[in-house]
Amino acid sequence: AEVSCTFATDFEPSLYTVKAVLILDNDGNRLLSKYYDTELYPSIKEQKNFEKSVFNKSHKADNEIAFLEGLTIVYKSSVDLFFYVVGSAQENELMLMMVLNCLFDTLSQILRKNVEKRYLLDNLDGVYLVVDEIIDGGIILESDPQQVIQKVNYRVDENPLSEQSVAQVLQSAKEQIKWSILK
Amino acid sequence: MRHSCMLLLCWQSDISGAPNTPGLSQYDIYNLVICCSQARIFNETPINPRRCLHILTKIIYLLNQGEHFGTTEATEAFFAMTRLFQSNDQTLRRMCYLTIKEMANISEDVIIVTSSLTKDMTGKEDVYRGPAIRALCRITDTTMLQAIERYMKQAIVDKVPSVSSSALVSSLHMVRMSYDVVKRWVNEAQEAASSDNIMVQYHALGLLYHLRKNDRLAVSKMLNKFTKSGLKSPFAYCMLIRIASRLLEETEGGHDSPLFDFIESCLRNKHEMVVYEAASAIVHMPNCTARELAPAVSVLQLFCSSPKAALRYAAVRTLNKVAMKHPSAVTACNLDLENLITDSNRSIATLAITTLLKTGSESSVDRLMKQISSFVSEISDEFKVVVVQAISALCQKYPRKHSVMMNFLSNMLRDDGGFEYKRAIVDCIISIIEENPESKETGLAHLCEFIEDCEHTVLATKILHLLGREGPRTPSPSKYIRFIFNRVVLESEAVRAAAVSALAKFGAQNDDLLPSVLVLMQRCMMDSDDEVRDRATFYMNVLQQKQKALNAAYIFNGLSVSVPGLEKSLHQYTLEPSEKPFDMKTVPLATTTVSEQKTELAPVASSKLPEKLAPSRQDIYQEQLAAIPEFQGLGPLFKSSEPVQLTEAETEYVVRCIKHTFASHMVFQFDCTNTLNDQLLQKVVVQMEPSEAYEIVQYVPAASLPYSQPGSCYSLVRLPEDDPTAVSCTFSCTMKYLVRDCDPNTGEPDDDGYDDEYVLEDLEVTVADHIQKVLKPNFAAAWEEVGDEFEKEETFALASVRTLEGNTVNSFKKNCLMGIVIAPDWLYTHSVA
Repeated sequence: AEVSCTFATDFEPSLYTVKAVLILDNDGNRLLSKYYDTELYPSIKEQKNFEKSVFNKSHKADNEIAFLEGLTIVYKSSVDLFFYVVGSAQENELMLMMVLNCLFDTLSQILRKNVEKRYLLDNLDGVYLVVDEIIDGGIILESDPQQVIQKVNYRVDENPLSEQSVAQVLQSAKEQIKWSILK
Repeated sequence: MRHSCMLLLCWQSDISGAPNTPGLSQYDIYNLVICCSQARIFNETPINPRRCLHILTKIIYLLNQGEHFGTTEATEAFFAMTRLFQSNDQTLRRMCYLTIKEMANISEDVIIVTSSLTKDMTGKEDVYRGPAIRALCRITDTTMLQAIERYMKQAIVDKVPSVSSSALVSSLHMVRMSYDVVKRWVNEAQEAASSDNIMVQYHALGLLYHLRKNDRLAVSKMLNKFTKSGLKSPFAYCMLIRIASRLLEETEGGHDSPLFDFIESCLRNKHEMVVYEAASAIVHMPNCTARELAPAVSVLQLFCSSPKAALRYAAVRTLNKVAMKHPSAVTACNLDLENLITDSNRSIATLAITTLLKTGSESSVDRLMKQISSFVSEISDEFKVVVVQAISALCQKYPRKHSVMMNFLSNMLRDDGGFEYKRAIVDCIISIIEENPESKETGLAHLCEFIEDCEHTVLATKILHLLGREGPRTPSPSKYIRFIFNRVVLESEAVRAAAVSALAKFGAQNDDLLPSVLVLMQRCMMDSDDEVRDRATFYMNVLQQKQKALNAAYIFNGLSVSVPGLEKSLHQYTLEPSEKPFDMKTVPLATTTVSEQKTELAPVASSKLPEKLAPSRQDIYQEQLAAIPEFQGLGPLFKSSEPVQLTEAETEYVVRCIKHTFASHMVFQFDCTNTLNDQLLQKVVVQMEPSEAYEIVQYVPAASLPYSQPGSCYSLVRLPEDDPTAVSCTFSCTMKYLVRDCDPNTGEPDDDGYDDEYVLEDLEVTVADHIQKVLKPNFAAAWEEVGDEFEKEETFALASVRTLEGNTVNSFKKNCLMGIVIAPDWLYTHSVA
């Protein structure tokens, strides 16, 4: 069954308030994106174009809020990461800010204040869980960072896999396959 | 079996794996096939949570990047993942739920996880229950839903907030799929709404509203209860405010209702989010008085000086909306808005400026313009256009300030900017010129300067056209000629052609300039482009005749005939060999299209595509009538009237009449509908008895009128020849036909019929039917052209000429449409009195 998000007409009272959440790196590349409004940018190509526009508009100016393509976008940056929450132009901007702040503050705690790309990628599973606890299908599920942290109950990876070099990981993958053929 | 499938995939894949995006992350050296192969790690015992987590994360990441999973691969990985439920690692379990949700659409047989999820949903681990519910509902279909209904209802009223929220939110997602099932849970949702948890309140309210929204009474009761019981959740309050506004709007409730009081009370809520929601709701309500708006506006005013950019933005955006309808309400905020002009956030600054432009007073215009000029250079083109449009509105409001505005606009014109921006400025200047005759010379001078160095053909030609229209009537027209002729020398073909046309207008209107213009025109005849040469030659010849009428017809006024009509007539002409030259009079006149001045400002200028010329209603009738053999040779159709009802509503036969006026005839088209299902009408004509000297020439019957299928019959009538001004006439009309009774069920008619008749209302023909609106772009010139001998001052008995009013009022101020009234062979003009 498809999640039937009804991002209905203007001013129709609805719980569906968040259209998308994005995390981009400082080149504008996508690290995480959830598009809850499936009609907004249905194809990957449209999504990537949107992300490019959003990035271009936001990465130079350090303002919290912008208007683009008929949408309100609140955003925050940290070191080499950009966080975006997208809603319709009629949405309550403060509500969108609450979502953004919850996301950022939660991640900040989980990543022990190192909100930067390297640590984000090392703990990507935790990030996925956090986003999942804050917004479900476009509805705000939780807005208090402490509650989110409790629910996710995530421990930062002490020995991240990235400590091994890329070559080592590849090599180990090849070895495993060779061995299993021999079995 | 599964192992070997995956191994096979490995052999086929490129193990080294091409990166998706070079140097992006450690995930990109993998592709999904490798991940799949690694998924066999899921089958290891004991399960290694970290490694499995890593693989699941990679899968989700790659899916998010746009990588595609084949259905088989996805299903395989999905099956493998089910083994992971054996592990007790919390994060791993949660990630399984996530993976289930992400892959729900691309795997087959996802329902195999249903039992695992149901177990988790009803188990002891609270941490799993909420997420398990959400994952389960994601993969549920209608039949499955009924099976888990019991669990869902229990979950909704569960004491653990995350369980309740998850159940409520999932229920809302499923409403579209299974409204009837979810509707049965309304009592549970009602109970959940009394929870202390602020998110549960919010979710319960949302679900309740969605289930009840078609029942206005239920919504009303619900609102009543919740607004009194004092919820804690700011989100719930926002939702309540929205529901209340919606209800007020639907019931067109007065603003003295308790709903309005509730919204107004929210202005004093302790959460900014709620306060803003209330202010926004009040501002958007139709029919708000200034007194009702005041508290909302003062709240927004406070927000303008907040340190949070989002709050300032929200406030200024909302004030901007208020300013559109109630500019006076916003004037109190002017100082705060002025402070925002220098805000570091450009969206805020632009909104502040445009709001000020809407609410500024005449005395503040100078100061505003100064502030804007320093600001404009820093903002992007799309914002600049918004600002220009707001300035344009201000110009219309304070016409006396035109010199300040004009100065400012010309400076903006000199600065850098894109096409849309420059066009907006040019349009603004042109509208000032049109409104204010005093500003004309300055405006034209600025525009001349602009086209000296303008790279946009569209703008240059538009300005040249304007110069041609307005320049000749200024006190010293010769100074424009230099600018125009320079364009002929220097620019592209389109601009040169436009310049030639403009020059011709000067020659046509100013006798003393004519010799110089002719010399210049001669040079243009040597141009390299054929359009330019053609125009130059044409205008030369016309000007050399030195006849006012010719000048008017060919230089001042454009085509007054309908273009599709012209095309058709020309085509017709080429089909038949003829010795006579093509006669323009055979082409029907253009029915006018009124172009309204833009009073509402669009927030962003959109470039309008040139509209395709669609055949007008009249062209369509012309074609229909030409297809009827009896009506050949009537000449071009002059005018078709609006339909006139000749029967009342709910009668047995419904008849309406359209009057078509030709040069010496009229054709009456009767559209008839038979509403009796037990009758078939045949050989239907409408017989007419005129009160005056009209002559009935012929009837063209409608062959057959079965039940509910409209048909048309026609009457051809000749206009009175002795006194062409006696055009008014009343016709008494009777519909005559042969009727055959038929079986209402099958529609089979009897063999015999009988004659019958049905009296219709009288039909009037008036002067209005002989008058057609014509577009004359240059009214002043046309007025001159007509000359004194045609001027008639007459008092018309307007009582009987109801429809004349709209046609004949003309306004010199705006060059909008007016009526020079043309009837065949006659020219009526109305003296402006």
